Amino acid sequence: MIFYLLRRIVYTIPIMIGVAFFCFLLVHISPGDPLVSILPPDASIELQKQLMRLYGFDRPWYEQFATWFWRALNGDLGTSIASGRPVATEVMRAVGNTLMLSCMATLIGFLFGGLFGFVAGYFRDSWVDRVASAFSVLGVSVPHYWLGMVLVIIFSSWLMWLPATGAGPGGSGEWAWDWAHIQFMVLPAITMSVIPMGIIARTVRALVADILAQEFVVGLRAKGLTDLGIFLHVVKNAAPTALAVMGLQLGYLLGGSILIETVFSWPGTGFLLNSAIFQRDLPLLQGTILVLATFFVVLNLLVDVLQTTLDPRIQRS
Amino acid sequence: MNTNVSLTLPAPTAKVEAIERSPGFWSGVIAKLMRDPVALGACAVLFALILIAVFAHQLVPSDPYQTSMIKRLKPIGFDGFPLGTDELGRDMLSRLMLGTRLSLFMGITPVLIAFVIGSGIGILAGYAGGLINTLIMRTIDILYAFPSVLLAIALSGALGAGIGNALLSLTIVFIPQIARVAESVTTQVRGRDYVEAARASGARPFTIVRVHVLGNVLGPIFVFATSLIAVSMILASGLSFLGLGVRPPEPEWGLMLNTLRTAIYTQPWVAALPGVMIFITSISFNLLSDSLRSAMDVKS
Repeated sequence: MIFYLLRRIVYTIPIMIGVAFFCFLLVHISPGDPLVSILPPDASIELQKQLMRLYGFDRPWYEQFATWFWRALNGDLGTSIASGRPVATEVMRAVGNTLMLSCMATLIGFLFGGLFGFVAGYFRDSWVDRVASAFSVLGVSVPHYWLGMVLVIIFSSWLMWLPATGAGPGGSGEWAWDWAHIQFMVLPAITMSVIPMGIIARTVRALVADILAQEFVVGLRAKGLTDLGIFLHVVKNAAPTALAVMGLQLGYLLGGSILIETVFSWPGTGFLLNSAIFQRDLPLLQGTILVLATFFVVLNLLVDVLQTTLDPRIQRS
Repeated sequence: MNTNVSLTLPAPTAKVEAIERSPGFWSGVIAKLMRDPVALGACAVLFALILIAVFAHQLVPSDPYQTSMIKRLKPIGFDGFPLGTDELGRDMLSRLMLGTRLSLFMGITPVLIAFVIGSGIGILAGYAGGLINTLIMRTIDILYAFPSVLLAIALSGALGAGIGNALLSLTIVFIPQIARVAESVTTQVRGRDYVEAARASGARPFTIVRVHVLGNVLGPIFVFATSLIAVSMILASGLSFLGLGVRPPEPEWGLMLNTLRTAIYTQPWVAALPGVMIFITSISFNLLSDSLRSAMDVKS
């Protein structure tokens, strides 16, 4: 087990370096001189050269990458051009909000998706199955940013039950687990949960149908086990895969929250990315993407390791 | 031993029993799809959308670019504007119809290009195996380490807004996904006996790939690619929704959703219309892809 863990971690290192290199390249593929946004329009050639030296743009790319990567490893992601604050500080504050929202959405998605999927798989080819399957197709097909708008129209504009945008009554600064704050999370979390709900429902349905078709279920029934007992066996068999899918979905939500955060003005990483893009704040864009991709890679690693630990059927070779 | 055996066998006749030609794989798939009401429905919707896209300029009831300060944000069913007007007083029905063009184009093109490039890369890696496979697949793994929405936004955010950049970003998002599927099916086919036999008979790698591999791997890759079109539609419109794709005044559903976002308190149902179009299109593609998968008997 220790060897397996070590090998998985070692295998992740080149991927992380590749991911970092990709983020590094983002600044270089963007059109225009990266210094244009901070240089005064009438800058002299000397000033330009001076800044080039200061930012290290006069050195070869591999040296630039090494320096940047080393700094990133030490938690220094550069300075935001728009706000002048360190990128790491800005990203870390936003990541908390995104993580909170994504976890909530994954939880909702897992609960309902698991329930739908289980019922559909258990009563396969019945009308329940068809309804649940239809829901899961709708869940993966809906443009979630539009669903967010529709929910705002219904629950904020029409019924006036819930606030439309923001993350709390007193601006985006403080968060507390009381209704005054939680009510801001309800709509974005539900909107966000729709995609993992559809995917988890599909996975669980296929899993349950597969497990029920296996011979050991017939054996259990033959020995006189109650439906509840069989249910527990099915859950135990389906759980590792379902949990793995849930973990991956959390990763996708973390990275894909930008559209929903834009609709609901949720002060997370997506909101940060949005402002970074429109202010051409490339260090902020680069830093945010690096942090989110790192989260995704680490989450993948965790899911893999956890699944192998939980499920004795998976070989650790 | 009697060596005097008469060999008066009946003379061979050239008469061959006419064998009924077995129906091909694709005609079987089409026959199955024709019996599937869901697939037929999805096809009909998509066909209608494509017709609207092609003949948009002839079909639109009024000029989709004609603005009017007086007739801004009129409700559905307003005189002369069956689906109301947008925030600049332009006819929603005409804009939604013309928007079909760019929205479908932006959704389908990246998957098409990625299908060609991704299959090429994946088949090469799968057939070559060894070091080439490792090199290609590890590089692909790096792009795969990003959630697709994040990768698309990172790329088009860095490249800047515009149709070309959005298409490029989406293509780069889908290439690794298709290449992975292509690599895995090619690796399976490569180990089959008929490929081994072809290699033993001296066929060159290119011939083997063309004759024996392509026909067996393109089906599963194609099914996977069709399942990406719905994702691509939502992502492409999402990029425009963020202001990273199509630029105004061109009509595109995602961009229309974005510009109408401020109107959700005054004309909520008009503002929600472009999303309905995206939804209908992506459901149709998803249902068609599911039917195709089961008709072609491809395991997910």
